[in-house]
Amino acid sequence: MQSQTFSNPTSNSMANGDRPATLNLSNLNVYYGESHILRSVDLTIHPGQMVCLIGRNGVGKTTLLKTVMGLLPARTGIIEFEGRAIGKLTPDKRARLGIGYVPQGREIIPKLTVQDNLLLGLEALGDRAPKNQKVPDEIYDLFPVLKKMLTRMGGDLSGGQQQQLAIARALMGQPKLLVLDEPTEGIQPSIILDIENAVRRVVETMGISVLLVEQHLHFVRKADWYYAMQKGGIVAAGPTSELSQDVVQRFLAV
Amino acid sequence: MWSALVDGLFSGVSIGSVLLLSALGLAIVFGLMGVINMAHGELMMLGAYTTVLVQGTLKGTPLFDSYILFALIASFIVTALFGLLLERTVIRYLYGRPLETLLATWGVSLMLQQFVRSVSWEFIIGTTIAIALFMGGTIGIKRIPAKFRDVSTAGIGLVAGTIALQISNALGNMYGLFMTKPWFGAQNQDVTAPQWLRGGLKLGFVDVQFSYVRIFIIVLTVICLAAVYFFLNRTQWGLRIRAVTQNRSMSSCLGIPTDRVDALTFAVGSGLAGIAGCAVSLLGSVGPNTGQNYIIDTFMVVVVGGVGNLVGSIVAALVIGMSSYLYGTFAGQIPVIQDLSKAIGIDLGAQTMAKVVVFALIVVFLQFKPGGLFPQKGRTVDA
Repeated sequence: MQSQTFSNPTSNSMANGDRPATLNLSNLNVYYGESHILRSVDLTIHPGQMVCLIGRNGVGKTTLLKTVMGLLPARTGIIEFEGRAIGKLTPDKRARLGIGYVPQGREIIPKLTVQDNLLLGLEALGDRAPKNQKVPDEIYDLFPVLKKMLTRMGGDLSGGQQQQLAIARALMGQPKLLVLDEPTEGIQPSIILDIENAVRRVVETMGISVLLVEQHLHFVRKADWYYAMQKGGIVAAGPTSELSQDVVQRFLAV
Repeated sequence: MWSALVDGLFSGVSIGSVLLLSALGLAIVFGLMGVINMAHGELMMLGAYTTVLVQGTLKGTPLFDSYILFALIASFIVTALFGLLLERTVIRYLYGRPLETLLATWGVSLMLQQFVRSVSWEFIIGTTIAIALFMGGTIGIKRIPAKFRDVSTAGIGLVAGTIALQISNALGNMYGLFMTKPWFGAQNQDVTAPQWLRGGLKLGFVDVQFSYVRIFIIVLTVICLAAVYFFLNRTQWGLRIRAVTQNRSMSSCLGIPTDRVDALTFAVGSGLAGIAGCAVSLLGSVGPNTGQNYIIDTFMVVVVGGVGNLVGSIVAALVIGMSSYLYGTFAGQIPVIQDLSKAIGIDLGAQTMAKVVVFALIVVFLQFKPGGLFPQKGRTVDA
């Protein structure tokens, strides 16, 4: 099957012709053992753009994010971050370049306090980390609930609180690209709205790019651009404003 | 009455503190990192031999009175560096493969035992030459086509070995005993406690002598515990270590250099083994088998306490120490045990049987609580 290429033009409001794409994947192929999971995936995220990846369960969305993060090796293909090939780097080096990862299941370090979990986010800054280990106020502005929880163990928090902690932790490293894997999965509706608003606010105020995997249509529509996946390949793409009912029916598991 | 109680308590705590000190490094390496390091006892032995060397070097100098302090630092550094080397060259490739780790580190422990028996100038020079030639050779043949590489590697190994053997033999012939005499040999070495650690403390109200060496080891254990606690809970590297041990892949995604964290953790655990080795050298003579005497005990402490739980190790060490002492002292006077001993023809009340009985009890205990005294609970278990 020859996959089509769906180009993603720089959206005009963020246009900055000289800057390379924040993330550029071309012809990416990933295998689990012998089974072919990602088939020639091409994907581009421009600076300041929020891109949403949609598709039903098991089509390879999480695999794609893990490959971007370096948790899974790509057999062939190119991963470029700000014009630099990062396919051979380990996850910690990618994090230090400016990719913040919020995985599915949140992966809060359970036996560390919320404060320590947040401070671990500073690791991504490497040598640029401030000498005084402090959580900046902006983080509490985004997620006020965390301020009351600082001394609690990360593992004792509720799902929604853990999700907010995971996003806050990723933001502590001042990433240029925030990778979010189903941030609203299994979380009560009121907190989903908080998370949506926080992410949207981050995109607008900090100018960072976002790669989002999401099932909630409401959240998907907050993104600028979407890519739809099926059987390990990208099969549709376009601005989210043009998301038709037909596409939604085919690619969202709702 | 009071004397017996205080004496028992002191002896139990002192046995427990030796156990704890030697298990502390393993609690980090095995408990936190999950590496089954069978060479842990030999790391202790290296620390003990370092103490022998330091003592020999400082003999006759004004510093000799406080040589034990230098020996502690030197033991920590030597074993930590050796641990670092071990992690970088062997264990790093075996993470997540416990069986292979066990076999490889057991091999390392045998090599270390033989190393201290045979080490001499001739031996050191010969081994260095052989390794250097072999490493140089294997780098040199990187360009050879893959199918000839195995044969050429074997060839280089043979040539390197032969050259090294010839050179070291020649050196041995030229310089004689200076080159060929083993530094330590197979016989045991003695470490004499410095003047201020000999004898003991007598307290007025009880008829018990508290040996200074034992007090020294108890204090040292407390200091080491406090240092480990501070390092793990109050420093940035400690935070990184705790994060990596709980969730390796996520820690890596946060930007923590996991390979450096692994190396550091292993080095610290090994260094603590060195300190333990230095301490136990005060209790008896030091030989190639010193490590073997402690390896079982240390694993027992970590397993009984609950893997990954430092507090558990502390409690387990004290409980095992205390019960060994109590059994060894009092079991001979219990009628049931006397009768049983007569029936099977083995003196169960003998002091030497204490360990056997305590270990048998541990086996029974683990049947009921396989996770130890303080098992890990919650999600961390699966991680």
